[in-house]
Amino acid sequence: MPRLPTDRLTRRAKGAHEPNAAAPKTDVKEAPLVIAGRASNALYVHALNRSAQRLGLHPGQPLANARAMIEGLAVVPADEKADLELLETIADWCDRFTPLVAGDPPDGLLLDITGVAHLFGGEVAMLNHVREKIAAQGFAVQAAIAGTSLAARALARYANGTIALPGAEAMSLAPLPIAALDCGEEKLRALKRAGLKTFAQVADRGRAELAARLGADFLTRLHVMLGAEEKPLTPRRPLPDLSAAQRFAEPVVTQEVIAKSLHALATALSEILERQGQGLRLLEAVFFRADGKVERITVRTGAPLRDPAVMLRLLNQRLEALADPLDPGFGFDLIRLEARLAEETHPAEASFDTDENARWQIAFLADRLSARFGEHRMQRFVPQDTHIPEAQSVAIPAQDRDFEGNWTRKRRENDPPLRPLRMMEKPEEIKDGLPVAPDGPPKFFHWRQCKYDVVRAEGPERIALEWWKEDLRRRLIPHREQKRRIRLGVAPKLLPPSRDYFRVETHQGLRFWLYRDGQYQHNGLAPRWYMHGVFA
Amino acid sequence: MNKSEKLADLRHFLARYSLPPDRPAISLGFPAADAVLGGGLRRGALHEVFASDWGASGFAACLAILAAGNKPLFWIRPDYEALEYGTLSATGLLELGGDPRNLFLLRAPDAGDALCATADILACPHVGAVVLELSGAPRCLDLVASRRLALLAEESGVTLFLLREGAMPQPSAAATRWQVHSRSSHPQNDDWGAPRFGAQLTRHRLGALSDFILEWDSENGIFHEAAAHSGAVVAAPADRPADASRQRRA
Repeated sequence: MPRLPTDRLTRRAKGAHEPNAAAPKTDVKEAPLVIAGRASNALYVHALNRSAQRLGLHPGQPLANARAMIEGLAVVPADEKADLELLETIADWCDRFTPLVAGDPPDGLLLDITGVAHLFGGEVAMLNHVREKIAAQGFAVQAAIAGTSLAARALARYANGTIALPGAEAMSLAPLPIAALDCGEEKLRALKRAGLKTFAQVADRGRAELAARLGADFLTRLHVMLGAEEKPLTPRRPLPDLSAAQRFAEPVVTQEVIAKSLHALATALSEILERQGQGLRLLEAVFFRADGKVERITVRTGAPLRDPAVMLRLLNQRLEALADPLDPGFGFDLIRLEARLAEETHPAEASFDTDENARWQIAFLADRLSARFGEHRMQRFVPQDTHIPEAQSVAIPAQDRDFEGNWTRKRRENDPPLRPLRMMEKPEEIKDGLPVAPDGPPKFFHWRQCKYDVVRAEGPERIALEWWKEDLRRRLIPHREQKRRIRLGVAPKLLPPSRDYFRVETHQGLRFWLYRDGQYQHNGLAPRWYMHGVFA
Repeated sequence: MNKSEKLADLRHFLARYSLPPDRPAISLGFPAADAVLGGGLRRGALHEVFASDWGASGFAACLAILAAGNKPLFWIRPDYEALEYGTLSATGLLELGGDPRNLFLLRAPDAGDALCATADILACPHVGAVVLELSGAPRCLDLVASRRLALLAEESGVTLFLLREGAMPQPSAAATRWQVHSRSSHPQNDDWGAPRFGAQLTRHRLGALSDFILEWDSENGIFHEAAAHSGAVVAAPADRPADASRQRRA
């Protein structure tokens, strides 16, 4: 798309979401527009629209020259970021042609159409189709098909509309100017000085000669262009394992049609999964809007899933939970359902075992709740091998499947619970009024504006923090405390990071879990007390 | 209450007498309480636990452990409750005799979402028990919502415990309502003993009211009766919070 920056502005001026915003074909009225870029502190013409080009301007020209040539030239500063974003959006949209789309900044896209061209009626038809579709969005477009990405790139830029036959890249490339090599200013100059003007002339020279003059990189590039080697495309998104898509001749807007289409797609996808003996773990519905916007809805499942009804239910829950509902705008012209992650299903999952069934039902329930509230909100717990009380169990999304690990009780047989049922999200500092016996529990304390008298106390249970983990230590000593210690001239690391926990019972029978941060020191620094949890 | 509501209530009441045979009541473990409750807590019903102080969540957890057995236990709480009253600790549940592997925690954004999710979970008969934690008086928790939850629980046989903190009892479809506060450990020993609760049965659809002092046996997962001792505090009133500071729980 050689005019991406100017097309972006023109489209915006017209209202980008207007479908079939006619491509600027006969722009008698269109004012010349130039995008100014900055290179080595000088302004130059970065991009320009058709009418500006017709007036004799060209990219790379100093802006002052262009201004001198045309009176009242509209100049807009370049916005590479917006251009790149637009390119990404177009790439998303091109997902409809093939899943293998790679960006080729600043203004190109590479589509790997291996094995998909026949779906569009052959390469010629596909090329025209792609060009028409993109042009319909209001972009000037140049395209070509070739066996290698570099060759296709050069052809698209310098010989619009070419389809190079496999193995015949050299023939198609031959008449192109050497600029098509895209090998950098310096080498281009070297080639020009050598009197080489077209691709054919370069290709005819001896390989050793070229390598000596221009380096091995250049030779590799030439090889790749001529189709001798291929550099694989890096797709922008990982390819889905399986997918089913439905195309609409007329963009669909109504919910009923969309729902019906989703139903058909889910059934189709389920059949494919059935045939492959797989179930999906990550489902994505992709809605291609006619005006180029692409919406993706992703649903994760806890167990391999194949049932279309369940897929639909999960999708619907996700759609309902969307902050801004799915907006069909002028309609969707393609809906695709992808199994982004598919897994082998185990035969046991189809059994009639009631236990298995119950487990499956619970997994489905967790899936539904995760789809609705977000997977980080539906949690289960795994034990951790650590002494730090708040880290002993970790809440992880219920859809993860590893809940292995041994839960070991802290209390001995017939002991009361040694760990609180509820823990404060952050230990809360408590204030105790009376000086307490060294290393003993407080006699009373104030917490959340209430005073509590301690009747019974058990402890201390000293829990030394994992001193070998520097980051953990730093995190667990509150920042204010660290500053206080530094101010008083006590090096923070001199205080062993440990906590003495006490289980205290108040006169009302409330049971709290308090700790003293650090130990009593001889330097007169009173340790702080924190409330960490509440027992049953 | 209008006519149709009354009718629905009556129907509901009648339906309760034809208990499905596969739903044994949840025995609390000590005979006096079970006798008052008619064999134990009703399975597949809504039970409310009102907190007089910090002990109530422990009581609700113990009841849920009893009701869930080996089945999954869902604990639902809006974000605010975790900030105010602390997060549920899996290790704490383990210490009480629960199984953390069966624990599912749903962190709902607010009370309305929590109610919706609870309805979904109650519809699944493979769930053991559900604890829904709501503090204050959320507007969405009205008589209609409470009846809906009770009906769902009735249908699936899942027992729902509604843990209310800093709240006043309001008309609801609950089968039982408990006003709970913590009690001191046994006075004879200086040690800290098993968790004790002063639990007042302030509403019982199918029977008498009563007042218990219960001690939770974490080892066997049942309640024992604990004799009241001389140091007992006055039981919390049923119709209002015990005092301002307790209600605020500040």
